[in-house]
Amino acid sequence: MPRINSPAELEELRKGILSKRDPNKPCITLCSGTACHASGSEEVAVSIEEEIKKQGLSGKVDFRRTGCHGFCEKGPIIVIHPEKICYLQIEPKDIPEIISQTIKEKKVVERLLYTDPGTNEKIIHEYEIPFYKNQKRLIFGSNGEIDPKSIDDYLALGGYSALAKALFKMTPEQVLAEVKKSNLRGRGGGGFPTGRKWEECRNAPGEIKYVIVNADEGDPGAYMDRSLLEGNPHSVLEGLIIGAYAIGSHEGYIYVRQEYPLAVENVGIAIEQAEKYGFLGENILGSGFDFTIKVHRGAGAFVSGESSALMTAIEGKVGEPRPKYIHTAVKGIWDRPSCLNNVETWATVPLIINNGADWFRGIGTEGSKGTKIFSLVGKVNNTGLVEVPMGMTLREIIFNVGGGIRGGKKFKAVQTGGPSGGVIPEKYIDLPIDFDELTKVGSMMGSGGMIVMDEDTCMVDTARYFLNFLADESCGKCVPCREGIRQMLKVLTNITKGKGKKGDIELLEELAEVTRDASLCALGRTAANPVMSTIHYFRDEYEAHIKEKRCPAYVCKELISYYIDPDKCQACMICLKQCPVGAIAGGKNQIHVIVQEKCIKCKTCFEVCPSRFNAVKKISGEPVPPPIPEEARIIARKSKEK
Amino acid sequence: MSEITLQIDGREVKAKKGMTILEAAQSAGIFIPTLCAHEKLEPYGACRICTVEIETRGRTNLVAACLYPVEPNLLVKTRSKRVDKVRKMLLELMLAHAPDAVELQDLAKEYGANKDRFEKESSFCVLCGLCVRYCAEVKKKNAIGFVDRGVRREVAFIPEIASRECWDCKECFPLCPTEALQAAFLLTKALMSPSSPYAPESEE
Repeated sequence: MPRINSPAELEELRKGILSKRDPNKPCITLCSGTACHASGSEEVAVSIEEEIKKQGLSGKVDFRRTGCHGFCEKGPIIVIHPEKICYLQIEPKDIPEIISQTIKEKKVVERLLYTDPGTNEKIIHEYEIPFYKNQKRLIFGSNGEIDPKSIDDYLALGGYSALAKALFKMTPEQVLAEVKKSNLRGRGGGGFPTGRKWEECRNAPGEIKYVIVNADEGDPGAYMDRSLLEGNPHSVLEGLIIGAYAIGSHEGYIYVRQEYPLAVENVGIAIEQAEKYGFLGENILGSGFDFTIKVHRGAGAFVSGESSALMTAIEGKVGEPRPKYIHTAVKGIWDRPSCLNNVETWATVPLIINNGADWFRGIGTEGSKGTKIFSLVGKVNNTGLVEVPMGMTLREIIFNVGGGIRGGKKFKAVQTGGPSGGVIPEKYIDLPIDFDELTKVGSMMGSGGMIVMDEDTCMVDTARYFLNFLADESCGKCVPCREGIRQMLKVLTNITKGKGKKGDIELLEELAEVTRDASLCALGRTAANPVMSTIHYFRDEYEAHIKEKRCPAYVCKELISYYIDPDKCQACMICLKQCPVGAIAGGKNQIHVIVQEKCIKCKTCFEVCPSRFNAVKKISGEPVPPPIPEEARIIARKSKEK
Repeated sequence: MSEITLQIDGREVKAKKGMTILEAAQSAGIFIPTLCAHEKLEPYGACRICTVEIETRGRTNLVAACLYPVEPNLLVKTRSKRVDKVRKMLLELMLAHAPDAVELQDLAKEYGANKDRFEKESSFCVLCGLCVRYCAEVKKKNAIGFVDRGVRREVAFIPEIASRECWDCKECFPLCPTEALQAAFLLTKALMSPSSPYAPESEE
């Protein structure tokens, strides 16, 4: 492929790519992101390729392995273009039918369609499925359209046109002004105005400046940056190059976790392709602007996502945060001005350049513009990656996009912002998603983790879980973070084990305050958020654990017991057979009884007891009723007449 | 170097650009407690005992004096209710590891810290890193380093280097604010079984 030396040549190339593509030719796209890969999309891919050949359709139908479509709950996902017929949870055995029916006969395979759980109606098109319909997929939407290993796919969708516009129709100052005007705020967590950071870096003294993509995403349950880098790496590169032009940087780094192999692979391929086409390297598109990108693979430490720690790691040292009383935009990698933004922030930049700051400002709320990708997980029906405009309420995200709470349970809280965030209780479910609104209620936007919790979630245990994560993931350098987390975790663990004592809540509050006020970096300063927000909104649960030794959500093992209601037990033997430790006494026609001393509280009996009997109960904060006497355990059944 | 005027505890203090609050205070004879700071070493900011309250551009904040660069018209309070609360708790957290450390005990008296507030953690070490940083920055030997992270972080001699360098040096021992013997203990352990510093001692 020859190098492109001008915007005109770029448009020629684009025309050439599009002219070879018939928009009416059927194209099967298969989600091959990490989540679908885990659900077997590669096997599906192989059988699609085989089946196309077998049914004599080679050359008549295109097939594309794309990045993540977002609806991970229902993967692997196939979308057939141009109609956008969407099939879910595909297995290799479904492929012959899809090819023969949908591709050849233009008929829809009903059984593979999405069924609306409310109306039982089958939905044919991707864009009609409520999960997608209620989103605004500006950044993430292209993921389902392109093969991330193909730069031509990106170009076909208008890729690198924003770069050409920035380099040839705008001065660096104009690019900067546009980004500032757009009010884009950093998607990595802090929500710092991106334009202001760029400007600070641009104005900082020093010849050599760096721009950095932070792809060290490490929140439990969050994978939006990973999926974007895996699924549409060129959008991130394009944003980075534009940023470098605005800032006056000629060297960029992509810091990506080694544990994200597909992201590492795809971004490597993308850089190679961009270099070949002349979007990277010397004299980009003939503009005279030079820029190169290096990929730095991180060894997987949560704390390395903190910007100063990440920069220390790029220098080849242990990824530990440094004080940021002087911003990294002024003194970053090797004390040189370094502008770090999150994957999603960089990927937003080309959209702003192409569509203008005013367009971007038209989306979202007063203080938070544009869209945000969330990793919607937990006890919600439609788990996956969702992109919504800022200002959408939590209720709309959880119930309209997410399809509500699993198993008809009751919503209890939603945790946003990962381990640095907090829980938001039901009374704020109509809160609009916005950097400042989330902070006001004691949580934060973070990088977009959103964990939905139902009534069966224990808030003390939730706080303990996050603190346990942070105890491992703190770098351990400064005393308030390391020791504060250590002690908070001890107190929380004791409370969940029924060893809580009077004064524990106050001790947690004091520890939380010192950890927040005195820690060196943002990890420590926010580490107590899960503790503070759960105490703030669910103090009664803490008190129940401490005073009554009761876990209201029946989660904390040491505080609960399982008990078989003798009036309901039908002696069906199911729980008795399934109990892994033989803790259930009884037999045929003999009411079952749990031997409490043997019980390990694994919950198996509770789960296997048929719902029509519903005999196994959880008990907390009160004594287990004594077992009924042996002689009363016989069930007299009416024997069937022969 | 241009001069900067700031206020520490109500006193006008002149400092040079690039100085930290701690350096400015020290030059004016104002005391700020420190544990992990050392004149021969780069500022580190781990113990946070030097936390002070500052007011700048109308906002108050707690910062580490050993790291924060002076700026014109900065107002610094080396003691305040918030500062004392932080220092007291930090001391209590560190005393769980090193209850007998004289430096910590002296400060504990000043701030009313209770050395028994938290359950004892038998590490003897508060991870101030003086030994590690001295060996790296002054001696340039790196015979001792940090291992692991988070609550499992600890200091360990690197047997291969320690067995060569440490016998004739031991300059880190007197730096240790908790217990010089701790350094000796770790070193002995490393030297006795260079291949495996944590292997149980042999029976002979």
